[in-house]
Amino acid sequence: MRKLITNIIGALSLILFVIAIYMAFVYAPLEVTMGPVQKIFYFHVAFAWTSFIAFFVTFAASCVYLVTRTRFWDTVAASSVELGVAFACIILTTGPIWARPVWGAYWTWDPRLVTTLILLFIYSAYLMLRGAIDEETKRGRYSAVLGIIGFLDVPIVYFSVNWWSRTIHPDVIKPEGAALHPHMLQSLYVALFAVTLFYFFMLFRRIRLEELRDEVRELRKSILKES
Amino acid sequence: MTSYFGRVMHIGLKDLKVEIRSKERLYSMMVFSILVMVIFNFAFDPGAEYIREVAPGILWVALVFSATLGLNKTFASEKEQDCLQGLMLSPLDRSGIYFGKVLSNTFFSLIVAMLTLPFFAVFFNISLLQVFMPLTLVIVLATIGFIAVGTLFAAISVGVKRGEMILPILLFPIEVPVIIAAVKATSMILDGRMMVDYSMWLKILILFDIIFLMVSFVTFDYLVEE
Repeated sequence: MRKLITNIIGALSLILFVIAIYMAFVYAPLEVTMGPVQKIFYFHVAFAWTSFIAFFVTFAASCVYLVTRTRFWDTVAASSVELGVAFACIILTTGPIWARPVWGAYWTWDPRLVTTLILLFIYSAYLMLRGAIDEETKRGRYSAVLGIIGFLDVPIVYFSVNWWSRTIHPDVIKPEGAALHPHMLQSLYVALFAVTLFYFFMLFRRIRLEELRDEVRELRKSILKES
Repeated sequence: MTSYFGRVMHIGLKDLKVEIRSKERLYSMMVFSILVMVIFNFAFDPGAEYIREVAPGILWVALVFSATLGLNKTFASEKEQDCLQGLMLSPLDRSGIYFGKVLSNTFFSLIVAMLTLPFFAVFFNISLLQVFMPLTLVIVLATIGFIAVGTLFAAISVGVKRGEMILPILLFPIEVPVIIAAVKATSMILDGRMMVDYSMWLKILILFDIIFLMVSFVTFDYLVEE
C-alpha cells in the first residue's frame, strides 16, 4: 500500500516536472530586462520553498522522536535533513547562476543568501554528527536536539543578518499579492507542486531504504548467531 | 544550600575549585586568546587607519576561539574516573548540572575576556577606559549566549567520536547571530556611539540568551541519560 502511494506520488511529480519545464520555457513570457536567465527562477524558488519544508519536517520529527522514542521518527528527521541539504545546494548553485548576469556578481552577503549558507552549515554538521555516533538511541537523541536547536536558530540568523546588511534580493511574492505576470505565477505554482511532490517521493523512498537496511542488519545478526 | 539554586552553585564552585588546583584551563585559554590577537597583528599593518574597523572582529575571534577551547574541557574532565556518573547520581535535577556548568564556563570565559581587554587596548592602541561599562555589558551578554549553546553541545561532543573536532563545527553556525551582534555592538561602542544606536544588537543578544537557555534547559535531559 505504502509502496503504491509512493510510486503514485513519484509518477505525479515526474509528470508535473515535465509540465513545469514546458510552462517555464514556453508558456511563461520572457522577462523584459533579465531575458532567458530569469527562467531559473521557477525552480530556484520551488527548491527554496521545499528545503524549508524539509527542515521543518526535521524539526517536527525531532520533537516527536524525543517524546515517543520510536526509531521511525529519527529516520524521518535524518532523511529529511539529507534532502534539505541537497536542496540547499541546489538553491546555492541556481542562485549564483542567475545573480552573475543580473547583479554582476555570483555572491553577495545578502540576508537570504547568508541564511541559506548558514542553514547548509548547520545541517551538514547534523549529518557529520550522525556519522560520528554508532549507538542507535544515542544518535537519535543527539541529532534530535540539534534538529530542534538548528531550526529555532534560523529566524534569529535571518534577523541579525538582515540588520547587518541591506537586502538586494528580489521579493517577488509579497503579502499584497505577487508582482508577476499571471502566466509566470502559474508556472511557479506548477514547479512548486512538482518539487514538493518530488520531496515527499524521495522522503518515502529514503525511509524505506533505512528500514531495509535495518532488516538486513537483523537478518545478518540472526544468521551469524546460527552458524 | 539545598535549594535548586544552591545546588547549581555547588557544581559551579566545584569546577572553580578544580580549576584553582589544576590551573589547566584558564592559562591555556588566556595564552591562546592573546596569541590570536598577535597573529592577527601580522596580517594587518600595525598603526594603519583601518585597524580600528577590524579590531572588534579580531577581539571577538580571540574570545570565541578561547571560549571554545575551554568548552572542550568542560565535560571531558568529568569523563575521567567516571565523574559524570557521580554527578548524575547526585540528588540534583539533570538541568542543574547544565546550569552549574554554564555558570562555571561563563565565569572562566569572562575572566579570560577581562584579562584580554588590556592586551587588546595596548596592541591596537585603543582607549577602553571611557567605554568600559557598555563594552562589559556586551561581553557579558554575548558570553552567556555563546556558553548557553556551547555547554549543551559540549555535552554532545564528549560522547562522540572525534568530539573535539565536531564541537566547533556544530557550534559556530548556530552562534552566527551572537557573533554578528557582538562585533557590531563592539565597533559602535568603540566609535563612541550612544546606546540607542546599538540597542537593537543588545536586544538580539538578550533574545538569543533567553531562547537558548530555555531550550537547553528542556533538551539537556535527553543528552546525559544513560
